[in-house]
Amino acid sequence: MYRYDTIDKQMLADRSAEFREQVSRRLAGDITEDQFKMLRLMNGLYLQLHAYMLRVAIPYGSLNPTQLRKLAWIARTYDKGYGHFTTRQNLQFHWIKLADTPDILDHLASVDMHAIQTSGNCIRNITADPYAGATAEEIDDPRVWAEAMRQWSTLHPEFSFLPRKFKIAITAAPKDRTAAKVHDVGLVVRRARDGQMGFEVMVGGGMGRTPYIGPTIREFLPANRLFSYLEAILRVYNRHGRRDNSYKARIKILVAALGREEFTRQVEAEWEKVGPNTAEGGVDLPDTELARIRGAFAPMTFDALPAVSERYERAKAADPAFARFVRNNIKPHKKAGYGIVEISLKTVGETPGDASAEQMDAVADLAERYGQDDIRVTHEQNLVLPHVRLDDIPAVFARLQATGLASANINLISDIIACPGLDYCALANARSISVAQHIAGRFADAERAERVGELKIKISGCINACGHHHVGHIGILGVDKKGEEFYQLTLGGSGAEDAAVGTALGPALPYDKVVDAVDTLVETYLRERQDGERFLDTFRRTGVAPFKEAVYADVH
Amino acid sequence: MPTFIRLAQSEEGEGAFSLAEDPFTNVTDDEALPPGDVIVSLTRFQADGEALLSEGRKVGVRVASGEEVEALAYDLPQIAVVALEFPKYRDGRAYTSARLLSDRLNFKGEVRAVGDVLRMQAGFMVRCGFNAFEPADGSTVEDWERATQRFRHVYQRSSDGRPAAYAERGE
Repeated sequence: MYRYDTIDKQMLADRSAEFREQVSRRLAGDITEDQFKMLRLMNGLYLQLHAYMLRVAIPYGSLNPTQLRKLAWIARTYDKGYGHFTTRQNLQFHWIKLADTPDILDHLASVDMHAIQTSGNCIRNITADPYAGATAEEIDDPRVWAEAMRQWSTLHPEFSFLPRKFKIAITAAPKDRTAAKVHDVGLVVRRARDGQMGFEVMVGGGMGRTPYIGPTIREFLPANRLFSYLEAILRVYNRHGRRDNSYKARIKILVAALGREEFTRQVEAEWEKVGPNTAEGGVDLPDTELARIRGAFAPMTFDALPAVSERYERAKAADPAFARFVRNNIKPHKKAGYGIVEISLKTVGETPGDASAEQMDAVADLAERYGQDDIRVTHEQNLVLPHVRLDDIPAVFARLQATGLASANINLISDIIACPGLDYCALANARSISVAQHIAGRFADAERAERVGELKIKISGCINACGHHHVGHIGILGVDKKGEEFYQLTLGGSGAEDAAVGTALGPALPYDKVVDAVDTLVETYLRERQDGERFLDTFRRTGVAPFKEAVYADVH
Repeated sequence: MPTFIRLAQSEEGEGAFSLAEDPFTNVTDDEALPPGDVIVSLTRFQADGEALLSEGRKVGVRVASGEEVEALAYDLPQIAVVALEFPKYRDGRAYTSARLLSDRLNFKGEVRAVGDVLRMQAGFMVRCGFNAFEPADGSTVEDWERATQRFRHVYQRSSDGRPAAYAERGE
């Protein structure tokens, strides 16, 4: 794992000191709330319905136990004892007092953490495959590039006042766990036939009011030219992205307006001017720095273990609950005798993505004891212990059970992404969390949920789509109809490598009909599905008709 | 005479902020030209630039955030000031304009930030090659010094020539 050196630490200390001064000016009344707003929004501090919300950056979703314990401590000391993991692999505290924020940032800095660029129209936290360094599928460790991008994007002088926020995701595996195609820039590590490493570059994906799947503007960008290419993209966007309407200001709108070819031409023309042999060259990172960062992510020491663990197999045979957990939450590791453990933050009845301080401490303990000090956050709002010996997984499971974190529902119907919705957010039209809780409750029967199989439900409380409803296999969008909460359902979306924007099912449904409608959709799928099909596959084969018919026959 | 904040680079590369009296008159498009040094809009410069320059006065050009500084490329050697407008602090197009002036168009004159210019932007502006500032928030020379000296390191190569973190590490 990357360790902050003196330079990285001093950057955080300087930022923290700056913010402390800004807050004291606000508290002393030297600046108005309006003037303060632009300062706090550069530090991830939002004013929500009931309190300030502080969004802490978790670069590429990677945490060590000390950091997670610090987050738990902050939750206990300054919040109500819990935190909320987000779809961008960050953590939000929803009940923060302004006067406490300078101290919180200092505490974060003491463990190499911060809230820089978790809000504002700048390059936001870089997200990456949560299985990085653990999956056999990947071509390279995307964290190397994510860390290099973290540094490059931090307080970038030219690109801190973009038309709108700018989100980058990177993966090096064919199975996309980052939703790269619905990011402003999605990077997929590729290897050319001659073995050279590079990136496929996708630009202009996004959700919100106008969802787009990001088109590929370059099939293969040589790896050592990443930063000049990113600067070319950002420069074209900074100059030509719309600034007259914040709903049309994301880069996706520019890419769509110009068309992929013209946008690409402009980027390539700019890129040529900042090439390595021009006067403006030198934007790309030197190989020595890349090597330094790469060294920090050197493969861990794994023991040579047999592929089959007897202890693990015995536990599976003896305990059906453990066997179910293994089926759904354990993913193959690149090394024999190890597994990737997904920890669900979607316990039925709880808020998706929330973790209590006790739970954070427990996960930190497990990572320390069994997991090589490594913890990841997924964009689907779960946690991952990427390197656990199969021998140790029964013990990990027991501890997770004791702390309410053993839900065996990864990728199943109750593994729901939901935004904070009307319970917290000033923008929301409708509640998201309680809809998620009711759906999870309806499918609490684990056997039925497993029979249904992979089904990704994503819920947004408004059109800004923080809950990614456009790319849900079933998407649920909260809308306001004359002061009442209604929900628009979409089907067939995906944020993965087979990315697609969902199709509207029909007229919006009132709050109390949503769970029944989901149930009907599931029953329709079970009736229609052919062997091995996921919900998404069946939908893609049959189209919306049978689902629409079933749901609206029920409603009317 | 109105004042502005100037950033002078010493030969050692150290920047020094000072309060300077502004010899230029900022002229809008519908105003008659006063005598002396003037800053005019890009549109006016494109119409009357040659005449203005031939009168022996110093001429500056005000470039709106949506205008491209490349339009000035061939005139830059004769231009004393390029004033880049920030209609709102959130409009960050002028950062790119400043970088292009210094890195691509090799402009050696004054690059002045005008409009909604706030001390919170100081560090970004200096890094992008601005060397003159008309603060809109009443901030002082001391405020700008503090703001730009806040960070001991920078992560990127930019127009100010500061060594990026990776260069410091490589030393």
